[in-house]
Amino acid sequence: MSSPTQAHRSAEEIGRTAAGPRPLPALGAQRAAAELSHVDTTLGTGLRVLAVRNATVPLVELRLWVPFGGEDRLHAAIAEVLAETVLSGTARRDRVEIDAELALIGGDLGSGVDPERLYFSGSALAEGLPTLLDVLGDALTGATYSDTEVLRERDRLLERIAVARTQPRTIAREALQKHRYGDHPVTRETPEAHEVATVTPEQVRALHAASVLPRGSVLVLVGDIDPQSVPAEVERALGGWASDRVAVRLPVLPELTGGDVLLVPRAGAVQSQIRLSAQAVPRTDPRYPAAQLANLAYGGYFSSRLVENIREDKGYTYSAHSGFEFTADQAVLNVEADTANEVTPAALLETRYELARLGLVPPTAEETESVRQYAIGSLVTASSSQAGLAAQLTALASAGLGVEWLQQHPARLAAVTGEQVAQAALEFFAPGRFTGVVVGDADLLAAKLTALGGVTVRD
Amino acid sequence: MADPELVRYTLDNGLRVVLAPDPTAPVVGVSVHYDVGFRSEPEGLTGFAHLFEHLMFQGSESLEKLAHFRHVQSSGGTFNGSTHPDYTDYYEVLPSAALERALFLEADRMRAPKLTAENLANQIEVVKEEIRLNVRNRPYGGFPWILLPPVLYSSFANAHDGYGAFEDLEGATLDDCAAFFDTYYSPANAVLTVAGDLAVENAKALIQKHFGDVPYRPAPVRPSFAEPLPETELHGEHEDAHAPLPALAVGYRMPDPVDDLDGYLACLVLAGVLTDGDGSRLQQRMVHLEPLVIEIGAGAGLFGPFEARDPDTFTITAIHPPDVPRERVLATLDEELEKLASTPPDERELKKVTARWAASLHSEHDRLVSRTLALGAFELLYGDAALVYRLADRMSAITGEAVSAAAKALRPNSRAVLVVHPATTEGTDEQ
Repeated sequence: MSSPTQAHRSAEEIGRTAAGPRPLPALGAQRAAAELSHVDTTLGTGLRVLAVRNATVPLVELRLWVPFGGEDRLHAAIAEVLAETVLSGTARRDRVEIDAELALIGGDLGSGVDPERLYFSGSALAEGLPTLLDVLGDALTGATYSDTEVLRERDRLLERIAVARTQPRTIAREALQKHRYGDHPVTRETPEAHEVATVTPEQVRALHAASVLPRGSVLVLVGDIDPQSVPAEVERALGGWASDRVAVRLPVLPELTGGDVLLVPRAGAVQSQIRLSAQAVPRTDPRYPAAQLANLAYGGYFSSRLVENIREDKGYTYSAHSGFEFTADQAVLNVEADTANEVTPAALLETRYELARLGLVPPTAEETESVRQYAIGSLVTASSSQAGLAAQLTALASAGLGVEWLQQHPARLAAVTGEQVAQAALEFFAPGRFTGVVVGDADLLAAKLTALGGVTVRD
Repeated sequence: MADPELVRYTLDNGLRVVLAPDPTAPVVGVSVHYDVGFRSEPEGLTGFAHLFEHLMFQGSESLEKLAHFRHVQSSGGTFNGSTHPDYTDYYEVLPSAALERALFLEADRMRAPKLTAENLANQIEVVKEEIRLNVRNRPYGGFPWILLPPVLYSSFANAHDGYGAFEDLEGATLDDCAAFFDTYYSPANAVLTVAGDLAVENAKALIQKHFGDVPYRPAPVRPSFAEPLPETELHGEHEDAHAPLPALAVGYRMPDPVDDLDGYLACLVLAGVLTDGDGSRLQQRMVHLEPLVIEIGAGAGLFGPFEARDPDTFTITAIHPPDVPRERVLATLDEELEKLASTPPDERELKKVTARWAASLHSEHDRLVSRTLALGAFELLYGDAALVYRLADRMSAITGEAVSAAAKALRPNSRAVLVVHPATTEGTDEQ
């Protein structure tokens, strides 16, 4: 420090000891995770119930996913208002009573919506599960959407959309969705304010009646519970939630075929968002485990080629990442980095360079072993908490998979060969397969990005 | 719930150790908390504690640059570090087969980190990108944790930006790093925590093997960061080029979590009564009934409760529409505080808050990473890791009168009000 209060060693002295460098200890023997006691069944109403015992703490986690596609132009706006008000009152409880009942069991219940689904997420002290289910069932069958609540939430939503649309990541996500999927309903993640402003309570009630349906939906419960008794308990609380119709799935997405990156102007931005995307394969594809390992080696974890290049070597970014995004039975790969204006074109160049290099100079045996251990280990770590396990199982369940898939996945990862990783790298990571956007200050970026090639500037 | 087993002891070199065995999943968490945060960084070197945290990942005597990340991740683990007002933590969570490896990694960088000019220059750039990402290019960036302290506090330690000014970061030298390490990163100034799938005797032997010969250096004398309470209402203004709506943050001083834990907990219960859930007083009135604000929140600490010693900050933040005058927001807040000050909340209202707290503490401890970090932080800051497991009961015992007293202490004439002015134009160019 500028005025050290005591004498200190130099940086060089600090970095060495008399004994010298020491060897890295070997790994010990790994104990397997315990088998999960669980029930996976479909009720008469068509609701799939997946209940898993994990009694680490006296809590229960709840997730409900209802497929909630809609092609109507106003669907996203109405759905967003619905998600904001579905827990704002029923014939039996008003908003404050719902909150009080949940609070007294240490509980929370929230709802949200995206183009693919309506979702409920909650937790409570395990002994409060009957109340948690009762409140959920009450909202599913009896949400009233009073005029006052709907209109007030609608107004709040307008303000929150305004806030969301100033977040760089929201701007970039929206630009990416439109660039890669055009006018497909999947692009309407944040509804347009002028559409939200027209939503009426009648429209919200009609959408609930038409689309909040158990058949095709999945309820996941994880916690200090007896899975065997769960289906009857759910039947009691949610049995009245019934319909012959099936919840509406999002229309199939167009396959990504690659193309120019679009420069989307954001005047005055001090940082750019780079977002690239390419078609991949879903978890059920035999090539998925190899593609998962190839992705980790590219940019899926900190020790990846992309992070080591553009962060640790060049200091272009704080965060660079690549990963899978799953939608129904499909999957894409997304690559993301946020970079300062001066280095954005160079960062895009390096990002593409690493894509090409992954196929041409595939992961070494050492890289492959590293990503394999990471994939297996992080699966164990992520599944060790109730909330982590609930999140994983909910994602799997919506793709038609379950506990068995999760428990077999380490073996699947262990069986992937280096050759399969190399093949997945060449097949899925070729730069020409990618499209994407850069959101940033066009005055500063356009000349260099267009000189790089494969970049179009939005008018 | 009974306290889970905790083993606490100190090595000859002064390193405090907390072991928390839990065999339910084959994973283990390892953390090291150093007793230095951004309140301790010298004037002219704002952001240095955090910058130094980045450098601790950049290699050590036995590990070349990047090796730390690779060894953790290729063992199936995850890692990170973070800088707080009063401490800096580092952690790994891994399959339990990698326990010795994690201890080795932490010991090696406690003994002999490799601090180089090249890595310093690189991480200065990375940290600047982090600040652009989290503060400068984002609406409400740094709100309120960077913006409120300079209004409420007057000493450099309490008031300055812990992320740092770019010119200070750029001016940091290798010698600054060496002095900082030798002063603050001694084993006697740290707590090592190991939680999860471990056998106590085996863990003790491995800890002695790897940390036992890290040489003793004295822990620095910790200065007091105390400063007098404000004697008037303090005001600050901030122009946010990205924000679409006005916002305000109100900061109050709160009881010392070490000397007056129950007073501190009463503030947490008060925060719950005010803003936790749709039925809470401010949510109900200001968001749903009148409505005056888009969102409102109250809480302790700049990043959450229990991450600082005294002085700590009670904050209330709100984002509101431009046509609602902020005087009205503040007046409503004061009115609700006044009601609570004169009439204590009843049992049911308290139970709603404390039951949610109990559940959220369980939930936090269910995540091994959070549990490991909480045990380490409580041992370091309050000298008592086991307090983590007693918080829920202590909080349930807080009376309505104590909450009233906490509300009464939040006086307009000893608080700071920070106003955020939104930009007039923002966003992408027209579509």
